[in-house]
Amino acid sequence: MSYATQKLAEEKVFKDPVHRYIHVRDQVIWDLIGAREFQRLRRIKQLGTTYLVFHGAEHSRFNHSLGVYEVVRRIIDDIFKGRPEWDESERLLVLCAALLHDLGHGPFSHAFEHVFDLDHEKYTQAILLGETEVNAILKRVDPEFPQHVSDVIAKTYGNKLAVSLISSQIDADRMDYLQRDAYFTGVSYGHFDMERILRVMRPREDQVVIKKSGMHAVEDYIMSRYQMYWQVYFHPVSRSAEVILTKALHRAKELSSTGYQFTYEPRHFKKFFDSTFSLADYLALDEGIVMTYFQEWVHEKDEILADLCDRFVNRRLFQYIEFDPAKDYRKLTELEQLFKKAGINPKYYLVFDSSSDLPYDFYRPGEEGERVPIHLLMPNNELSELSRSSDIVEAITGKRRTNHKLYFPEDLLTQDGKKKMLKKQIMALLIGKSKT
Amino acid sequence: MLEEHAKIVQFITLAGEVTGRKKLQKMVYIAKKMNFPFQEKYQFHIYGPYSEELTLRIEELCNMAFLSEKMEDKGSYVQYTYACTDEGQQFLSTIDSNYPRLDQCINRLNDKSSRFLEMVSTLLYFDTLGREAQIEKLHVVKGKLNFSDKEVEDAFIFIEELQSCVTV
Repeated sequence: MSYATQKLAEEKVFKDPVHRYIHVRDQVIWDLIGAREFQRLRRIKQLGTTYLVFHGAEHSRFNHSLGVYEVVRRIIDDIFKGRPEWDESERLLVLCAALLHDLGHGPFSHAFEHVFDLDHEKYTQAILLGETEVNAILKRVDPEFPQHVSDVIAKTYGNKLAVSLISSQIDADRMDYLQRDAYFTGVSYGHFDMERILRVMRPREDQVVIKKSGMHAVEDYIMSRYQMYWQVYFHPVSRSAEVILTKALHRAKELSSTGYQFTYEPRHFKKFFDSTFSLADYLALDEGIVMTYFQEWVHEKDEILADLCDRFVNRRLFQYIEFDPAKDYRKLTELEQLFKKAGINPKYYLVFDSSSDLPYDFYRPGEEGERVPIHLLMPNNELSELSRSSDIVEAITGKRRTNHKLYFPEDLLTQDGKKKMLKKQIMALLIGKSKT
Repeated sequence: MLEEHAKIVQFITLAGEVTGRKKLQKMVYIAKKMNFPFQEKYQFHIYGPYSEELTLRIEELCNMAFLSEKMEDKGSYVQYTYACTDEGQQFLSTIDSNYPRLDQCINRLNDKSSRFLEMVSTLLYFDTLGREAQIEKLHVVKGKLNFSDKEVEDAFIFIEELQSCVTV
């Protein structure tokens, strides 16, 4: 028996709060879960700074990755198996891609990527193709297998059906994270009938389609996603924490470039500051390490770094106002000048942030966006784009919702002390708008 | 604080106008691959490298009235044309966003068709591979477009010309 088809003597199960059980029979999958690069995902939270708002949101990318694997396993083993459109020889490839799709996420992914100009998808590829335990396991299947897994995750694999299971507008990734994030944040949105959706999924040449009878379950899924984005993922307080985290990392990077002598030397970050880091350096980081530095940097001599770290560690977050850049962009310049006069560095303490989501869209040939639509399989066996049949989905199709906010340290601007009048002037300029 | 927005306004100002969302996506991607400092993240999508962040930024800039978006019904699809507005010019004047040789790069890109830029950007997306592997990958992910050997050859020549034009 080849390594690719090797099964465990007994099925292993992981107890899971969302899917009840996650089932593993394949030796390859079991070995991948045990690889050090996959275990690292236990130390990276799925929702970054969201735990500072929804205290339950401490779940990790490890949990989510197992969940995506399980959803894909159910689709291909329970629904697709034996159907002519599904190529059973792709089974292990798709399971591996599902399990490993988030492997390249760094600590507090988005903030970290922003400061160091990284792309977690590139690091997923680097881990799959580099000298790692994961790569060694995948290569045992076939020397080309790591590249194929990487291609599925990067959406450049020839079999589009395989890609769409993990990356489309109704994929295993979204179906897991919506339910998992809803469960751990404790919100009542995010729930939908996944069992129903799985039962009505059908494989087609280029994508998964949904039997018409499952349309209402899909409507529920799209609305759940919409609500989760605005109620959880874009929560302004969580964004405030992320803004502070990003600015603290920026400050540390800037200090390092000026030769500042840290009391607590940023050994793990040094190579990131000067962009000389290796894959091993990348893998050595996790959120525990970042938090250790932040707790130590609370005592740094540099007041800005110490303050930003203290704010993050002790949840002294920035206040925010709604901000319309179209009307108010000139006021930004004015505010920046006033902040400088008040002795508050606007580069770190006045932050513009946007959130935007497009709940569902379909592309039109030749132009428009680049989203593959959800297709319904009609009783006459023809395909129909979802929003043609669903009034609910039609109402939100192509409708992007965007929100802009301006973050600032209200406590610094309202405390007694030097330049009180100037700070009052700043507050008047800020709060003169819609105070939240 | 709105530097990334300004870069896109600057880009479209230098182009005069850009016709087609897909074309604009590919132009910015190719400019980014020529080391101009655009921050928008790209992933591989239906038509090749695509940035959701860029789509969002363009929409924002239209909402801010810094860019104009003209829609033209082409029968089977709608075509969009983008240009900078007077308000956009005023916005640009408040921000320092000057990149030497970006104009030459943009002019060359804007002269090309959307199909050609889709091919060029796809080849650049796989530029860590050897040339043969790049071409092979192009045919795997863009099989339905049936790019001819001549077109692929022209794309590589164009990339070389672009690289020498921006590094002179």
